[in-house]
Amino acid sequence: MSVLILGATSRIAQRLAHVYAADGESVFLGARDGEDAARVAADVAIRHGVPTDAAAFDATDFDGHPAFVAAVEEALGPIDVAIVAFGDMGDQEASQGDFAAARRVLEVNFTGAASICEALAAVMEPRGRGAIVGVGSVAGDRGRQSNYFYGSAKGGFALYLQGLRNRLYKRGVQVLTVKPGFVDTRMTFGLQTGIPIADPDDAAQAIHDAQRGGADTLYYPRFWGGIMGVIKAIPERVFKRLSL
Amino acid sequence: MDTWVKRELHGWGRYPRLEAEVARPERLRDVQAALADRGGLPVLAHGLGRSYGDVALLENGRVILTRRLDRMLEFDPATGRVKAEAGVSIQELVETFLPHGFFPAVVPGTWFVTLGGAVANDIHGKSHHVDGTFCDHISQLEILTASGEIVACGPDLEPELFWATVGGLGLTGVILTVELTLRPVAGPWIVQEAVRTEDLDDFFRVSAESADFSHTVTWIDCVTGGKGLGRGIMMRGRHAPPGVEGDPGMVGKAIDALSPLMHVPVDGPSWLLNKATIRLFNEAYFRKQPRGQVDSVIHYIPFFFPLDFVKDWNRIYGKRGFLQYQLVVPPDPDHRVMREVLSAITATGMGSFLSVIKEFGDQVHGGLSFPRPGTTLALDFAHSGQPLFDLCDRLDDIVSDAGGRVYLGKDARLSRAHFRRQYPEWEAWKAVRDAWDPQGVFQSAMGQRLGLCGGSK
Repeated sequence: MSVLILGATSRIAQRLAHVYAADGESVFLGARDGEDAARVAADVAIRHGVPTDAAAFDATDFDGHPAFVAAVEEALGPIDVAIVAFGDMGDQEASQGDFAAARRVLEVNFTGAASICEALAAVMEPRGRGAIVGVGSVAGDRGRQSNYFYGSAKGGFALYLQGLRNRLYKRGVQVLTVKPGFVDTRMTFGLQTGIPIADPDDAAQAIHDAQRGGADTLYYPRFWGGIMGVIKAIPERVFKRLSL
Repeated sequence: MDTWVKRELHGWGRYPRLEAEVARPERLRDVQAALADRGGLPVLAHGLGRSYGDVALLENGRVILTRRLDRMLEFDPATGRVKAEAGVSIQELVETFLPHGFFPAVVPGTWFVTLGGAVANDIHGKSHHVDGTFCDHISQLEILTASGEIVACGPDLEPELFWATVGGLGLTGVILTVELTLRPVAGPWIVQEAVRTEDLDDFFRVSAESADFSHTVTWIDCVTGGKGLGRGIMMRGRHAPPGVEGDPGMVGKAIDALSPLMHVPVDGPSWLLNKATIRLFNEAYFRKQPRGQVDSVIHYIPFFFPLDFVKDWNRIYGKRGFLQYQLVVPPDPDHRVMREVLSAITATGMGSFLSVIKEFGDQVHGGLSFPRPGTTLALDFAHSGQPLFDLCDRLDDIVSDAGGRVYLGKDARLSRAHFRRQYPEWEAWKAVRDAWDPQGVFQSAMGQRLGLCGGSK
């Protein structure tokens, strides 16, 4: 049994690798930067004494995704838990001026995520076990002018995961949607906010625990569920006037 | 690209406090990108911030926080050789490899130190007389130099750059990875003897007798003068052999005993550590140790890292922070210099809350590395302003005249003139540094103060 983590060089994903390795799981790490993923793999192997492996993973190489999944299973055995944690924030302004940039954001965060999940579902469904953890974003809960390409892709991914959960539930495969709020990562470093910023170790532990506990969805920190509830409840005729 | 954010930084002494723009890269190539993105400003790396003064600070510059560069990259269980990124802490090193039967040959008095910081300050510990410094166990470093190039160096590879980086205060570049060899040990236990030393001569007598202990350190009373001048308690120990074990509940008990103090959540009031309370503490601490010797088998955490039980203990010194003054003076037959130092301190009555004394071994690295043969004394002083600076100036005179030096990793105020007397190899060191960084990209507040950075006179 093994755990596959994609987007493995982000801080939360790295910490997830350690949390699962502490359970004794073998861990396979994929990231755009395969060399850095290998460093994470070495670190996890040294600290926890579990088998690890790593490879470069290209989210937009849709045709290559089934082969990627096969290669992971070849290396470390059947995938027990797959965590799809990659993402590309892109640059909203650049995306507005250049659709190639917007398309990249959409393809990585939505199409690529859906594509690899399909490849994972294809091996898990017949086995009747496994878990797919998709990391979405609170940005996907409501479209905003400041990041609507990223937000719509993440929002679309959350809807995709809902459907996949509905399909795989009957087959004994868990699908967990995670929506992180502010966690102390590269993305939030130096952000001036009145909202407390969560530790990546705590976030990883919470995601792991939610997955092990069979959860369907997780906002982390949990109060983000409340915050997004309020933001979603603002009527569109008001919301469209706001600068969020 | 990592974002630069304005932030006030300080060392463990919380004096001085300087604002810089900081970034916190998570991958080695992001460190390169951050260096390239310095916008003409000087750059410095900053780890866990446990050096005391201004070594790891830089005003009006860009500071690269290294704590997220924390991956262990290679481990050879046959030899104990480890390669890790420079943001890995000593704590992580110990906790990861002790279960494999390995322990660093040299650890400092706190384990909240990064490998990069350990190299930049060429740290030492209780085993200096046997095992030299932390850097004596390093085979290779990778350094991001001013040109943007990553250069591997070690005792046998680019040795000039290596020895300039060892104790080089981070001024030769950003240390990216460290490769070192750990020492095999049987387990977490230390066989310890605690010996009360009745005065300074007694300390030197016991110290000479203790040469075959791999680890020695002596708490010294820096308040009491007269007949008891230099009295203290020596802790000497070695890693326990297989089969010798202490009470497994001991670490838990030690933590319970200290629990009221486990975290100093707010700044102590300024009156907390005054002459009277420091005198009381020193007296009580000395008295609790019976005359003679007490043998025990203790866990490595209270032996090596006793203060790490108390989170943020530096805050007990209050808002103004504190200064640590650590000196080493060459051996002299009747210990005249050390007596002069202790008399100067006890005369002010300023005293020191926690002071330790130790005889160094013969390992010397040159450059800006601190340890040299002789006796080292480390003192904490609450920051009382001018009276403290006057005392430190007086100590500088004694130390410089004796051919000794102060530890830059703890310093916040040494003058350039004293520095040059104490570290006569500074010019040779600077020539190597300047060759690797002719534009003076790497700077620090200390480097500017002591004239170590390119361009500064």
